[in-house]
Amino acid sequence: MSLWRQVTRGARVLFFRARADADVADEVGHYYEQSVAAHVAGGLSPEEARRAARREVGNMTVVREQVRSYGWENMVGTFVSDLRYAARRLGNNPGFTTVAALTLALGIGASTAIFSAVYPILFESLPYPHAERIVTVWYAASDHGRALQSFGNYREVAARSRTLDAIAAFKTWQPTMGGAAEPERLDGQRVSASYLRVLGVRPALGRDFDAADDRIRGPNVVVISNALWRRRLGADSTVVGRQLTLDGDAFTVLGVLPPGFESVLGPSAQIWGLLQYDEALPGSGREWGHHLQAVARLRPGVDAARATSEINQIAHAPVPEFARQPGSFMDKGMIVDALRDDITRAVRPGLLAVVGAVVLLLLIATVNVTNLLLARGAQRRGELAMRAALGAGQTRIVRQLITESLLLALVGGALGLLVAAVGVRALVALSPAGMPRLSAIGVHAPVFAFSLIASTVIGVVVGLAPALRASRHDLHGALQQGSRRTAGGHGFTRGTLVAAEVALALVLLVNAGLLLRSLDRLFSIPPGFDPAHLLTMQVQIASPQRYPKDADFNRFYAAALDVVRQVPGVRGAAFTSELPLDGADISTDEYRVQIDMGASSSSAEATELGQAAALRYAVTPGYFEAMGIPLHRGRLFDDRDVAGAAVRPLVVSESFARRAYGNTDPIGRRIRLGGPPNRPWDEIVGVVGDVKQASLAAGETEAVYATTAQWLWAETPLWLVVRAQGDAAALAPAVRKAIWSVDKDQPVIRVSTVDALVAASEAQRRFVMIVFEAFGIAALALAAIGIYGVLANSVTERVRELGVRAALGASSSDILRLVLRDGMVLTVLGIVAGLGGAAAASHAIVTLLYGVPRLDPIAYVVAIALLTAVSAVACWVPAARAAGVDPAITLRAE
Amino acid sequence: MDDNTDVIQGTLDMLILKTLSLEPLHGFGVARRIEQVSRGVFKVNPGSLLTAFQRMERAGLIDAEWRQTENARRAKYYSLTRAGRRQLGAETEGWARRVSAVARLLNAEG
Repeated sequence: MSLWRQVTRGARVLFFRARADADVADEVGHYYEQSVAAHVAGGLSPEEARRAARREVGNMTVVREQVRSYGWENMVGTFVSDLRYAARRLGNNPGFTTVAALTLALGIGASTAIFSAVYPILFESLPYPHAERIVTVWYAASDHGRALQSFGNYREVAARSRTLDAIAAFKTWQPTMGGAAEPERLDGQRVSASYLRVLGVRPALGRDFDAADDRIRGPNVVVISNALWRRRLGADSTVVGRQLTLDGDAFTVLGVLPPGFESVLGPSAQIWGLLQYDEALPGSGREWGHHLQAVARLRPGVDAARATSEINQIAHAPVPEFARQPGSFMDKGMIVDALRDDITRAVRPGLLAVVGAVVLLLLIATVNVTNLLLARGAQRRGELAMRAALGAGQTRIVRQLITESLLLALVGGALGLLVAAVGVRALVALSPAGMPRLSAIGVHAPVFAFSLIASTVIGVVVGLAPALRASRHDLHGALQQGSRRTAGGHGFTRGTLVAAEVALALVLLVNAGLLLRSLDRLFSIPPGFDPAHLLTMQVQIASPQRYPKDADFNRFYAAALDVVRQVPGVRGAAFTSELPLDGADISTDEYRVQIDMGASSSSAEATELGQAAALRYAVTPGYFEAMGIPLHRGRLFDDRDVAGAAVRPLVVSESFARRAYGNTDPIGRRIRLGGPPNRPWDEIVGVVGDVKQASLAAGETEAVYATTAQWLWAETPLWLVVRAQGDAAALAPAVRKAIWSVDKDQPVIRVSTVDALVAASEAQRRFVMIVFEAFGIAALALAAIGIYGVLANSVTERVRELGVRAALGASSSDILRLVLRDGMVLTVLGIVAGLGGAAAASHAIVTLLYGVPRLDPIAYVVAIALLTAVSAVACWVPAARAAGVDPAITLRAE
Repeated sequence: MDDNTDVIQGTLDMLILKTLSLEPLHGFGVARRIEQVSRGVFKVNPGSLLTAFQRMERAGLIDAEWRQTENARRAKYYSLTRAGRRQLGAETEGWARRVSAVARLLNAEG
């Protein structure tokens, strides 16, 4: 009952303030009239009665105020008027408001965007049940760290391990789906039957793979993603059992995955088929090729360390039931990684560096807002003292200032949300290829809330300082501040904060410079071929039934080359199985090489064998010419090198020749590349220059080239490289049309210039550098604003002092110098402090640097020069204003 | 006038309730009644009185009603609600208990 009355009465007052006020006035007026009447009745004259009544009632305005001020609705009223006043204050000072709100927006927005992007990648648990039990299993390779598995070894680990619930092997698969009007190339994976079980997913429709189907010449079955099911199959609920045409073969749909399934191990995968390798493990087959990734689920209660030691034990202790091929890498040991660590390993250093950068930026933004509020608080001391003198209580003033800070934070936060939303999108767009879990990235609400609250709390605390100072007794002094004689002690605080800003900005700038110079260095590394005017695309044979034999494959590619070479503007063209710097994992293409060390080929040969690993390229004649790879010795491939030659000719890279043969001539020497150990020897016919395959930063890669026609099997897809006379990209449509003139059903994909691929190969460094540069520029601007703000303020405060100086004969250049010096002292202090910070921070990005020492003097000098120049400009404006002070005016103003 | 005392802290509500229990009154009527009955010992501050009305009205102890007076003016009359009557009973009892306790203490001392 009473609560109801509280609410309704209060609301009535709130919404009909005027009527409520009239009611109070009426009641008080009536009281007074009654009092007058009573006095008249008591025998006083009307005049005396009125006087007596006034004495009795007191000041009617005060009484009305007292009655009015009762009730909760007054709190609301005060808040609304505070808010209105705050909005007016902020509106009256658009410069301060804009800078403060934008600074907050930048700080809140940038940090929210970065943390939103990084959180799901680095910290969030993967979207699988008990994701912490999922691990990946690799060979420990001597120089590349981790290497892919062979099916044979995967089978052995699967059978012998006791610490794993299940283990699965998989590789990428890109079938072309026909049947509809337009054939479409799909991204997918070939997996062992246990794959989905390891991840802990079950199809939402239909069923999982059956282990019995995962055998050679097993049935063609696929599981598809929810997205593919909706897009291509009309979300048909009776799809299970339907046939799809993939690469010309019929496949039966077994199941459809649930809509929430995120394919972390193959972000774009939409379709899954079975590996169907030969359980008999023939020695020369693909079962012993190192091209499978392995993922496993640990048994409950088993940790990764125990699994690692068990799997390594298996690796080092062969048993007769599981015969291994010579040269299987298993004896070097195995590596077990948590799945999340595994997928983030490559991007972690870059992401952590970016997080560091955004923390710096957030700090700078916070310092800047603090400084702005302090400066403003100092300016408002007079106003606040005046309000206190007029009777505003301390709580009232504090509440007012908090309202202002909150309003500012609210505006900044709203803008920040905008910045964050745009920023997240920009980050996803800019992110380097191979960034995991992009689909999980979105504005992360808790992070946004955190940065909003953090900056608000700081704003409120800082905003309170002047309020508390003003409401403390020293009204007199504060009101007298009309003539400030010196810059007060708070000038020191603000100076320190500005120096801190400069220091933080320097840290960002130096690191941005180091990254920039690293990229510069990297892109000046010769890749070993000429990337200019080079066009590439992948050409795939998607309907093997049309090309049943290896020779048919080769005939198609040869015919395609012939027509491409006819296209006007094409200077040369060739096919290759591997394209340098295409961003693919090179461990797939590493082959073991046996080197014939002795001159004899007797039975003692085995002991004289050298073992090596090299990248294998299957190329068509003309490849080296088209790529611009120089010939050092011997000859290149030509039309003599066709299938069926008695001895297979090979071309090797300079680094391979040097390592295998030292200074002796490798031409005519014998090696064996791939295949079973008892194959006939191949012969080296030429030595070519080294080529960067994995990345510009990677060391020399030993490589062995064979012709596609003479390689052990026919391969698809192959990369077409086209050397253009002019603009390479412009040739693409004509080249594609030429290929389709041979067979219009074979897909041509990943069309790109090699220049673009080279740039993309350093995408992670570039990404981090862009973020650092953007943040560095923002930091520079904020530092400049900070310096400007402090100096401008101090000039305002010292106007009288400067006037006196001018009156006493200081020239305007003296005053200019005086003010400039104040500003530059702050800059220099900041730079000195920042040097230490920059040196420490560069530890964090050391893995991203290339060819530039951590303490590279050029990066430091340029950053310092830039910062000094910008701060000089920021100092110049207030200094020039100070120099223009007219002593007569300032002194008269006293 | 100098003999007048402000109403003892915390008893204003009780005095208002008691006064209104006799008949509905407007603000000045209540003030005058308290003054008269206390023989001028208690003097009521109009600001406190009218604020107390607001509070008690919202607490549901009294009802307010605007009435037209003879000289074409509005006057706000207050009357006791059932809850107010209960409250008056409780407060009177409590007050009596406290008074006798204080009296006993004073007597013991004297």
